[in-house]
Amino acid sequence: MSNDGHMVAEQTEQAKIKLDHVVIRFAGDSGDGMQLTGSQFSDTSAMLGNDIATFPNYPAEIRAPEGSIYGVSGFQVHIGEVEISTPGDDVDVLVAMNPAALKTNFSAVPKGKTIIVDIDEFTSKNLTRAGYDQNPLDDGSLDSYVIIKAPITQLSRESIKDMGLDNTSMNRTRNMFALGMVFWMFSRPLDYTIKFLEKKFGNKPNIFEANVKVLKAGYHYAETLELLPSAFTVLPAKMTEGTYRIIMGNTATAWGFLAAAEKSGKQLFLGSYPITPASDILHELSAHQHFGVVTFQAEDEIAGVCSAIGAAFTGDLAITTTSGPGLALKSEAIGLAVMTELPIIVVDVQRGGPSTGLPTKTEQADLLQAMYGRNGECPVIVIAPSTPANCFDFAYEASRLAMEHMTPVILLSDGYIANGSAPWRIRSIKEMQPINPAPAPAPEAAADWMPYLRNPDTLARQWALPGTPGFEHRIGGLEKEDFTGHISYDPENHEHMVKRRAEKVKRVENYIPEQQIDGAQSGDLLVVGWGGTYGSLITAVKSLHEEGKSIGLAHFNYLNPLPRNTREVFSRFKKIVICELNMGQFATLLRSEFPDFQYLQYNKVQGLPFTVLELNEHFSGLLK
Amino acid sequence: MHGINTKKSLNTQNSSTETNNNMSELPTYTFKDFASDQEVRWCPGCGDYVILRAMQKALPMMGRRREDFVFVSGIGCSSRFPYYMNTYGFHGIHGRAPAIATGVKLANPKLSVWVITGDGDGLAIGGNHMIHAIRRNIDLNIILFNNKIYGLTKGQFSPTSDIGQKTKSSPYGNTQRPFNFGELTVGSAGQFYARVPDNNPNDMADIFVAAEKHHGTSVVEVLQNCVIFNDGAFDSMVDKSVREDMLLYLKQGEKMIFGKEKNKGIRFNGRQLEAVTIGENGITEADILVHDATDPNPSMHFMLTQLQYPLPVGVIRSVDSSTFEELVDTQVSASVQKSKFKSVDDLLFSGETYQV
Repeated sequence: MSNDGHMVAEQTEQAKIKLDHVVIRFAGDSGDGMQLTGSQFSDTSAMLGNDIATFPNYPAEIRAPEGSIYGVSGFQVHIGEVEISTPGDDVDVLVAMNPAALKTNFSAVPKGKTIIVDIDEFTSKNLTRAGYDQNPLDDGSLDSYVIIKAPITQLSRESIKDMGLDNTSMNRTRNMFALGMVFWMFSRPLDYTIKFLEKKFGNKPNIFEANVKVLKAGYHYAETLELLPSAFTVLPAKMTEGTYRIIMGNTATAWGFLAAAEKSGKQLFLGSYPITPASDILHELSAHQHFGVVTFQAEDEIAGVCSAIGAAFTGDLAITTTSGPGLALKSEAIGLAVMTELPIIVVDVQRGGPSTGLPTKTEQADLLQAMYGRNGECPVIVIAPSTPANCFDFAYEASRLAMEHMTPVILLSDGYIANGSAPWRIRSIKEMQPINPAPAPAPEAAADWMPYLRNPDTLARQWALPGTPGFEHRIGGLEKEDFTGHISYDPENHEHMVKRRAEKVKRVENYIPEQQIDGAQSGDLLVVGWGGTYGSLITAVKSLHEEGKSIGLAHFNYLNPLPRNTREVFSRFKKIVICELNMGQFATLLRSEFPDFQYLQYNKVQGLPFTVLELNEHFSGLLK
Repeated sequence: MHGINTKKSLNTQNSSTETNNNMSELPTYTFKDFASDQEVRWCPGCGDYVILRAMQKALPMMGRRREDFVFVSGIGCSSRFPYYMNTYGFHGIHGRAPAIATGVKLANPKLSVWVITGDGDGLAIGGNHMIHAIRRNIDLNIILFNNKIYGLTKGQFSPTSDIGQKTKSSPYGNTQRPFNFGELTVGSAGQFYARVPDNNPNDMADIFVAAEKHHGTSVVEVLQNCVIFNDGAFDSMVDKSVREDMLLYLKQGEKMIFGKEKNKGIRFNGRQLEAVTIGENGITEADILVHDATDPNPSMHFMLTQLQYPLPVGVIRSVDSSTFEELVDTQVSASVQKSKFKSVDDLLFSGETYQV
């Protein structure tokens, strides 16, 4: 292993082109192992101190027909010595494992950039499947690109021909050849991946050995290939000192809940039903039952949220996880949690809608559903993480707010940050903000206790748990009299209770941070975003601000209630543009909340994140 | 300092003598201790009153503390029940009581958790939750008030209404075939099923006690009269004037004998169950079946749930087997013990980390 490390050092310095950041996309059939290949590259780069951002782009079909356009799976990695906030727009190096992968990813590669193809896969059959009339490698259409035609399949097979492997196993190593090539191009060591393969194929030494052989073969092939003009290097990024790990958004969300359970001394309960792209949170928490977590895979979405309500009634930190269609199914039950004033957390990892929509693509179009998608006047806290790593913080924050204020919280993640990964500076639970759940009533209070007695500051009611003598009480979905909790159809009481529930959520603004602005603190243009678009928005705003433009970014994580200083922040700028991956849902909210400002919009609904380029162009236009 | 909050340890058998918080002696309760201060709002003459009284009578016989009872309901006339009980109670949303109760039980397996539902709530809108609760064998006691009609929405047919039944939404007669809840329970791998008419509070209280004792999902179907929208629906079988001849009172280990004269019984004719008269056609008492609710093989219980004459009442099936919450608890406890992670910090800093 150390040998391979040396090889990097031995490369002559003048052969390396230094880059501050680079975007690489691996694309192939959904069975080609592109997600694995990409994540090996990004993890290795992170270990070398690069900042990274990744974005998997995979089809909804698990195994679409081989070589077909709709079976193409991609994984994009953005590494840099500068701060990286997005997986990048334009691809510097595309690895296309077959014609379909080239066809579907070609448009992301600007002229002059590099495309590596597996020449063995460009057969007439595969070209036809990909919809090519003629071979793009021969017809001159790729003349303005650096094309590296590597016989990846043939050389992979050749390097392990004596190992006695069957055809399928031999072909499955191709991705390692491509990875080896790219490792050499970017001066990455192989040891991290070799360790990984050892773990993965520990009980299949033959397969392990074959993969390592092919990985090295690819590395040496690239090294000796005259076609490769030179190697690139990306130096380590300047990041805050500390212990880091690479984390995916959904994993961070799950871990945030684990941390909140431990900090608050509550048992963690998850009631959930599988749905893309939220299921990874269910998987992750199920794998950690050794922390005392109970995960309940229910018969449907409604049972998922209802079991969480039952667990919350009984005193657990109770959550349910879903995506847009599931949030729709859960809406009646969320109303029940609002009425019974119980703390549950509903995680919506948003995807393209409506209906089944685009299950594996990202969108931010559930905001108004989260705000208003229930019968009656039914306010809940709504917050949204904005990076893969801060999914941890906002899962933790959702738990804190739910249990301290005795109300449901909707956490709006999305497919982009949920599946994306980035370096995360790890903090100890000791350093995290305390969580003080609404208390159980004191035993001596039993005589005049009532279930809807409230904390005068937060209006949160007390949390009297079944099993506690002297506090037997009944709650439910019918309107109740304040304090006593008795069923009440009294008109005045109903209006009072509607206002109470709204006021309780509104007062949360006193317990959350003020809205910050990145870039210019006042001036010409305020860019407003929320949730998972942060990476693209901050990259664009920062670069314009560095050019001397009067531009700032107010990126919201707290959507209901809004931070107290929101109006004041808006008043500091001449123009406000709200950027969302929907048709303008946050803009609609802000127009009704603060009608005295004029809001411009920039919207995109393609199931894809914003590109920095399009944002730059748009903001530059507004700044003219 | 913040330890991992492990699962509360389970108390499976003999839960009656254990309590959550208080190891002091069990108070002596009477039915009054379980009556809440709320005015009961069912129609005069409704069968629900009998069920409420039978429950308030049964709870003191269970040897459990009042604070450990939780009544969870859905929507419908029956689902007002928790408001009238001086226990912990949760009035949920339509059909979802089994799902809410599942969360309660998983969060604290020591509680005695009851689901109160009806034929519309439990078998129409909540049918999915019902069958899944039953198949998991989670230790819930599910009491389904079957009156073969929707009461609270004022008189539409339900999933147990008879073919041809005239209701507000079937003025020409119901065209949907009904569920037999007993069949459905046994078919969903249910391990406890009992049936009882609403005019027999003593038997009903005994059955509630048996349901509570049973380890796993206990299903009790109460044949309940709706005086307003379906009055007399069960009279031909359960009315006091005919019930001795029409009902088969099942008792564990006893012969299936019925009739005022105790001269009729049930035999298996090789294909199905049939009612026969002892002393006629060469039938002797030796031909009459003995009831065994504890037989793990559900075939006989399934046939009993289907029998129309006489109508079997009492505990038809009661088989002890492992419960969902036990399997969960055993697995979680073992994982907690084996884990090398004592704090979430151990996880956060585990595996592939690096320094900057």
